[in-house]
Amino acid sequence: MNFTESFRIALRALASNKARSLLTMLGVIIGVAAVIVLVAIGTGVQGEITGQVEGLGSNLLFIIPGQYGGGMGGDQAPPSRRFTLEDSDLIERKVPGLDAVVPVLQSGSTAKAGNRSIRVTVAGGNAAGSEVFSSTLAGGRHYRRSEVQAGSRVVALGSSVRTALFPNQDPVGKTITLAGQRFTVVGYYEALGGGLAGDQDSQVYIPVTTAQRIFNVNYVSTIVVKATDPNEIERVKADIRRVLIPRYGEEFTVFTQEQTLGLLSNLLGTLTYMLAGIAGISLLVGGIGIMNIMLVSVSERTREIGIRKAVGARTYDILSQFVIEAVGLSVLGGIVGIAIGWGGSAAMTALTPVPTNVTPWAVAMAFFFAAGVGVFFGVYPAWKASQLDPIEALRYE
Amino acid sequence: MSDSAASTTRAVLETRNITKQYRLEGIEVNALRGVSIAIHEGEMVSIMGPSGSGKSTLMHIVGLLDRPTSGEVILGDEDISHMSPNELAELRNKHIGFVFQSFNLLSRTTAQANVELPLVYGGVSGSERARRAAEALERVGLGNRITHLSNQLSGGQQQRVAIARALVNKPSIVLADEPTGNLDSRSGIEVMEILQNLNAQGITVVIVTHDDRVARHAQRVTRVFDGRVQSEEIVRDRVLAAAELKSLPPEEVAG
Repeated sequence: MNFTESFRIALRALASNKARSLLTMLGVIIGVAAVIVLVAIGTGVQGEITGQVEGLGSNLLFIIPGQYGGGMGGDQAPPSRRFTLEDSDLIERKVPGLDAVVPVLQSGSTAKAGNRSIRVTVAGGNAAGSEVFSSTLAGGRHYRRSEVQAGSRVVALGSSVRTALFPNQDPVGKTITLAGQRFTVVGYYEALGGGLAGDQDSQVYIPVTTAQRIFNVNYVSTIVVKATDPNEIERVKADIRRVLIPRYGEEFTVFTQEQTLGLLSNLLGTLTYMLAGIAGISLLVGGIGIMNIMLVSVSERTREIGIRKAVGARTYDILSQFVIEAVGLSVLGGIVGIAIGWGGSAAMTALTPVPTNVTPWAVAMAFFFAAGVGVFFGVYPAWKASQLDPIEALRYE
Repeated sequence: MSDSAASTTRAVLETRNITKQYRLEGIEVNALRGVSIAIHEGEMVSIMGPSGSGKSTLMHIVGLLDRPTSGEVILGDEDISHMSPNELAELRNKHIGFVFQSFNLLSRTTAQANVELPLVYGGVSGSERARRAAEALERVGLGNRITHLSNQLSGGQQQRVAIARALVNKPSIVLADEPTGNLDSRSGIEVMEILQNLNAQGITVVIVTHDDRVARHAQRVTRVFDGRVQSEEIVRDRVLAAAELKSLPPEEVAG
């Protein structure tokens, strides 16, 4: 008997027990759908964050204090090692080929306007800040160079801050209170959604000099540098190191964006594998369900096996019939699971802010893993069936 | 005519001094203690014996479902007593057609698919299978029941499907194990009539039974007792199912 015959017999057996076949498949369906959705989320988030970092421009450099292996902040360094505005001025004067050098000081605070208030992240920068912060103005303007020099109390609002403090109003020209000081709103930004540096929509942007004064510090957290030519990024990096080494030794780190990306993708990649692994376990459980049902099915159909053997079925014929049945269950479950996982991922992208990306390799992996589960868990029951003695099997009630 | 034919034609299947021992719950059972029988081409023979006589064991060996502990089983010219289960399966497929007491059709499966089963394992193509299955069902008078599911048929009809299945591969022997055991008397006689008709068309039929009257539908009866052949006799007053059917009162409204 050839393969197509075994296939037809197996399909007919599955069709004659629809409810049971469906319930058995459910385990695989859920497993495969879970693998696809979770991997899609992992890949999607990875893609979005990578996109955001790349959106900042491939010519950015981040300088943070301390010798550093990972992460984005630099607040854990001791104050003596921290950068000052002097450092950023030095870099600006001594390193050629730069578009912008932005000293950044970030801190948490509460913004108030009238009886409304919201928790915000205060980001202090200079006039070139708009070159490196990826926000787009929705109204008003950025603070100016003169305002940075004077340490003026001017502020530009992220979109959620603006919505919280000035719902349905133009905030430009209004006054807010930040860390006990009154600030004039000069501009506000479009919504960005969650991003790399936390929720940028709940940030407020003020001159770095003003930030140092109201938080009573003389350092900055980070210096962000934008090179004119992305191809010169390594040269710029070397120049920055030459400027800073006499002052700080090796106690600082210059990240190119590529390094940041590499770190992030590693982290997110690990996370994706972890999610896939968890979902894979549910697939395994689905496989055990298949084995369970196949064992029941074999003992229920002992007589059928006896009949088939009596009229000439060989060991191989019975074995292949039952293996194909198990694989049929898992493959059908796999296909339905892929459809559901794919649909679920698409729905998630459409209905929630969670980005998803269904990649061919995730689909292929889920499918072949499901099929493999079918083979693995189908072989033992099928082998049991094929070893039945026809005489005993025919006598079986 | 066939009485003399039986003794002159060659044996389809022959057992030579076969024995069979097996252990049942730790006790050695000697089911067969040296049985030699021959089944000739075109004959209708009954193997008869009470339960425990070794009749079933003999049937399993004749049906190539089992192997003897010692002795030879000759099929055609070949000793097959040491063949592997898979080799026996292929020989069963070619040479033996089974009719069982409890019909043993695949449930929820059409008459046609049931009859096709031996052809499936014989590697016959789909269209050829359908043609031969239809022909076999026609032969047992079920040409109009081809697409009925096995559980939609009466007992007598199910047994006729089983006979069609036994025939479809043109086997050397049709082996019927208590073919009337689960049937009412009229259906039983109808089944015996079909078997006698098939035999008249040249098909070798072996009936295994404990019932003397069923056994006497054959031309020859081999009596088995205590694992040995007790007697072999030519049936003098053979029961003819066709005549029997005529003598029955007319069939009541079909149920």
